[in-house]
Amino acid sequence: MAKLLLIAFQPSDALMGAGFAQDLGLPFDILAVTGQVDVDLGAESILSAGLPDVPPADGMALSLVSVCSGYSHIACVASMRSKDVLGRLAGLLDAAMVTDALGLQSPTLFTRPMVAGSIVATVEVLAEPVVITFRPAGFSKPKRGGSSAIETAALDGATQARRISATGRSGGRPDLSQAKVVVSGGRPLKDAETFERLVGGLADKLGGAVGATRAAVDSGIAANELQVGQTGKIVAPDLYIAAGISGSTQHMAGIKDSKVIVAINKDADAPIFQVADYGLVADLYDALPELTQKVG
Amino acid sequence: MRILVPIKRVIDPYAKVRPLPDGSGIDTAGVKFEMNPFDEIAMEEAVRLKEKDPSVEIISVSVGSAECEEQLRKSLAMGADKAVLIESQSVLDSPGVARELEALVRELQPDLVLMGKQATDDDNNQAAQMLAARLGWPQATFASKVELTSGSVRVVRETDTGEETLELSLPAVVTADLRLNEPRYIALPGIIKARSKPLERRPAAVNAAPKTRIVKFEQPPTRSAGKRVASVDELVTALKDRGVL
Ligand SMILES: Cc1cc2nc3c(=O)[nH]c(=O)nc-3n(C[C@H](O)[C@H](O)[C@H](O)COP(=O)(O)OP(=O)(O)OC[C@H]3O[C@@H](n4cnc5c(N)ncnc54)[C@H](O)[C@@H]3O)c2cc1C
Ligand SMILES: Nc1ncnc2c1ncn2[C@@H]1O[C@H](COP(=O)(O)O)[C@@H](O)[C@H]1O
Repeated sequence: MAKLLLIAFQPSDALMGAGFAQDLGLPFDILAVTGQVDVDLGAESILSAGLPDVPPADGMALSLVSVCSGYSHIACVASMRSKDVLGRLAGLLDAAMVTDALGLQSPTLFTRPMVAGSIVATVEVLAEPVVITFRPAGFSKPKRGGSSAIETAALDGATQARRISATGRSGGRPDLSQAKVVVSGGRPLKDAETFERLVGGLADKLGGAVGATRAAVDSGIAANELQVGQTGKIVAPDLYIAAGISGSTQHMAGIKDSKVIVAINKDADAPIFQVADYGLVADLYDALPELTQKVG
Repeated sequence: MRILVPIKRVIDPYAKVRPLPDGSGIDTAGVKFEMNPFDEIAMEEAVRLKEKDPSVEIISVSVGSAECEEQLRKSLAMGADKAVLIESQSVLDSPGVARELEALVRELQPDLVLMGKQATDDDNNQAAQMLAARLGWPQATFASKVELTSGSVRVVRETDTGEETLELSLPAVVTADLRLNEPRYIALPGIIKARSKPLERRPAAVNAAPKTRIVKFEQPPTRSAGKRVASVDELVTALKDRGVL
């Protein structure tokens, strides 16, 4: 029977994924791996596992196998975690897989980006089950209402990996992939302190998240998890402010779904200006402090 | 200690690519092909592990057309001891690649498979996890640091919220992220010199039926240049008018 299992490693995954689930048009259940998810997202049932945290991929995927039996579609919001775990789950289930779905035409026809977003491919799924990671921006805002039944799910697969340490998200800033405002900085930011003061300062004033280019991360002025782009986070805010960013294909691949893009760059010919809604040719060392002062 | 490094031949990651006018594929006219950059990082890591421990043997493998030899030669020049080209006429999806690699792993029994986190052409990020699942081996994706100890590998891996350190018993599958290392530069003479190293060709072992098929290749909706603003004040006004401030 055609039915979707929407996996929520954390409660926000359910909120971000309900639009996809509703657009797919199949009946669906939500598996809440940790925490509790809202009951009015349109799911028939919520399978609540109540784990304190998500185990390493091998154990997590193994425990998902039995829960997934009977579903034709298994999906989760795209993230590093979901790619880690769902890729393995697809291997265990001998399933088809679609990474980073942008949209759908039917339960077996999805669009997705390839080659750093230079190509949008329409992918036909030829096998069942299919495991999908998707980017929420291309799907509807979920309609809320009704109330799902709550059941418990046992997730107890053994892991062959030992987690020695892990860092959580630092600071009180919103999560990059969910933020309404993102301020990003590139290579010209001198050092970590300057990056935090100028880029972080504006982000905080706007209640937004901070992002960075690979060049900024590689030169040690921004943390790894802030990288936005083909191989970093995909963002879809209402407002994306890019300061000192040239606009490489790889960086653009991560910001295309933003509603409004603002570029601040001192080079009037920087490629980012070809895609920005508002372009300001200026030195970021002048423009960012002034902007921080004048907003809000 | 034996390390297997799967390498994909991909469109030059710095090339601007577009779909063919009829949407049946990607226009590759005049485009160069390269070693997938993440596989190059995986290869570099294997070479560094070998530099620390000369008993390490590195075997590189590519699944695809005869032209993959070019990328395998480069891996030999970087320091692989031997290369295997699994020739497949059809372009395999990631589950198909994972099955070919699985068959090779069962034969060669490496202690570690070090691969890229994703191929920059399909951007799938699937094959490694599928391979690890099929083998029942532990996995660490998105590695930014890899240390071998006897019987296990310790990996620092990037996560959505920062990083974590995992210790995996061997054998295991590890995928390279960008910050694992900076691959060495290999000049052409090095590649020519590596011609004496062994490169074995063999037909695909499984030839699994594809589970997905791309039916259309299109250009993404392009964003067009908006408006230049002359000052921060003008920018603030524009953003307020637009309703995003
Ligand atoms: C496989 C692969 C994956 C990649 N993945 C990613 C990814 O996920 N994300 C990513 O971002 N990159 C990625 N990259 C790297 C990408 O190709 C670019 O190198 C990178 O995005 C450039 O970062 P940048 O814009 O900060 O630096 P640059 O390209 O150096 O641009 C700096 C810009 O700052 C401007 N500038 C300088 N000084 C000032 C000033 N005082 N005020 C205002 N403007 C100033 C300059 O005019 C210039 O336009 C990847 C590359 C590869 C090969
Ligand atoms: N045709 C191939 N030949 C060898 N290795 C491959 C091939 N396709 C994928 N891989 C490996 O699997 C990783 C992930 O690929 P993908 O799932 O396509 O993103 C790559 O970085 C390679 O290490």
